[in-house]
Amino acid sequence: MEILILTGRTINQGCGKEIGKASKEYVESVAVCEMNEKDMENLRIRDGDRVKVTTEFGSVILTAKKSRRIRSPGTAFIPYGPWANYIMGSSTDGTGMPLLKGVPAHVEPTEEKVSTIRDLIDSITV
Amino acid sequence: MTVVSNVVCPVCGCCCDDIELVIENNKIIEARNACAMSAAKFENYSLHRNMDAYIRKNGELTKASLDEAIRKSAEILAESSYPILYGWSSTSCEAIKVGLELAEEIGGVIDNTSTVCHGPSILAAQDVGLVGTTLGQIRHRADLIIYWGSNPWSAHPRHMERYAALSDGRFQRNMWRRITARIRADSVRKKITRIISIFFKRGKETPPREAKESFEMLPSGERKLIVVDVRRTRSAELADYFVQVKPGGDYDVLQALRALIRDEELDVDEVAGVPVETLEEIADVMINCNLGVIFFGLGLTMSKGKLRNVEVAIKLTQDLNERTKFLIMPMRGHFNVTGANTVFTWQTGYPYAVDFSHGYPRYNPGETSAIDVLRRGDADAALVIASDPISNFPREAARNLADIPLIVIDPHLSLTALVADVVIPSAFVGIEAEGTVYRMDHVPLPLKRVVDPPRGILSDEEILKRILEEVRRLKKS
Ligand code: SF4
Repeated sequence: MEILILTGRTINQGCGKEIGKASKEYVESVAVCEMNEKDMENLRIRDGDRVKVTTEFGSVILTAKKSRRIRSPGTAFIPYGPWANYIMGSSTDGTGMPLLKGVPAHVEPTEEKVSTIRDLIDSITV
Repeated sequence: MTVVSNVVCPVCGCCCDDIELVIENNKIIEARNACAMSAAKFENYSLHRNMDAYIRKNGELTKASLDEAIRKSAEILAESSYPILYGWSSTSCEAIKVGLELAEEIGGVIDNTSTVCHGPSILAAQDVGLVGTTLGQIRHRADLIIYWGSNPWSAHPRHMERYAALSDGRFQRNMWRRITARIRADSVRKKITRIISIFFKRGKETPPREAKESFEMLPSGERKLIVVDVRRTRSAELADYFVQVKPGGDYDVLQALRALIRDEELDVDEVAGVPVETLEEIADVMINCNLGVIFFGLGLTMSKGKLRNVEVAIKLTQDLNERTKFLIMPMRGHFNVTGANTVFTWQTGYPYAVDFSHGYPRYNPGETSAIDVLRRGDADAALVIASDPISNFPREAARNLADIPLIVIDPHLSLTALVADVVIPSAFVGIEAEGTVYRMDHVPLPLKRVVDPPRGILSDEEILKRILEEVRRLKKS
């Protein structure tokens, strides 16, 4: 399913980041994809299932989370963090700032495990 | 047990200066007046901290002495031809000053994190100016507060309570009473819908509160809160009026408001998902307030249009000043990102993305900005301080950063530290080291040293001074 990815801050991400990025709190608060209920029904997934989010720059596996804050189907929200950033492009159109909100992506259900920090690091170092 | 009061919080750009810390045996046991993010830092900062210096040998990070790590860092920087020094928004102005000296000494690029947050806002302000103020004015006088593309509830938890809609000023009261009444009414409404849905087996969701009804019911002369965003954030739930814009539509909505304020008619029914009727009402509320303010966030700078979104928001504010008084302010994220811009500007003339490779400061965001320098693969060494670009940059930029010799100065073992070649642990500024920060409205505040750092752990400023000294020594020999 095609979807528009929004990114942003959440209070849990803010607290997790202060406790430390190695903490369970941080990973649990950031490696998630908040979705509209209808989109989740269409994908036949439930709260806590995994989804693979792919853009032209890469893909990550996240935990899907039903959110009533995503009011219109077709958009999903991923909190700021390496999971969101690793599917974003780095072109800045001469502004110094990459496009980090409103990026088109493909979302599909998956059985794979949520990408770990290790997976992300390996994907840029190996 | 001692209680230290009037502590400035080193977390977000609000720089709340009323924190009270209870300290026992050189340990913070309680943070009072702190929001969840602040308490998480003060009470847990030492949990995952790093106390050791590391140097990468044969592909593995191996423990080293501080002196070795400093020497190795100086070698990397002195040998490089186009190094990049990045971070700076979560350290003190004093450390930033040394960093700029270091950048000039080695002829590198120095950039701070505003490059990936409010950089576009700075570009816009350089083009069209900015109608600014300090937060005290807003607390005392503003009767219309608009958060546009920013979510203070999550990113600046005490912003509303200390400076805006939920604060008590000399001429304006907080709007708590109205909010609690509304929350109560909402929960009653939810219950009723739930009962109805049980009987009729339909409609799971509560219909959202009609913006229109709430606007008409608003008492005139009282503080009002509007939130404009692409998603119904927690802040939106507190607002008198929530306007949901389609992603990428902020520019259109802002331009439409500019037209309406000049009494022009729009011959469309809606703009980026917002009915023109709603826009007309907002324009009315804007014109009829005594002092309004737009706090804008990354919703404008990070989405399609970037600096142009901010530019048109500033122009809207300027237009509104023909009719009433209106102000605009970016919601700065890190506690000293404003300080980074300020110190950069007074030392080099430019707020971020400064390139010293020609021997004099040059500024051209899009070319001399961190993401661009890394994306092109130009940099041949990097020093990262008080920031975690490996988690915050897009993959390609992160990969190129991981590829070059990388020095990290940070109290945590961040992701960036894990791929670094030299890691130097530092003291937590604002907890274990003092310094100066600039609040988001450019008010300078002093950070306190409330506990001693662990033995052998230096502050960012001291570490940078020692690296600079060593670089100068190497260059001389
Ligand atoms: S709002 Fe920001 S500055 Fe104030 S206490 Fe919370 S994190 Fe600290």
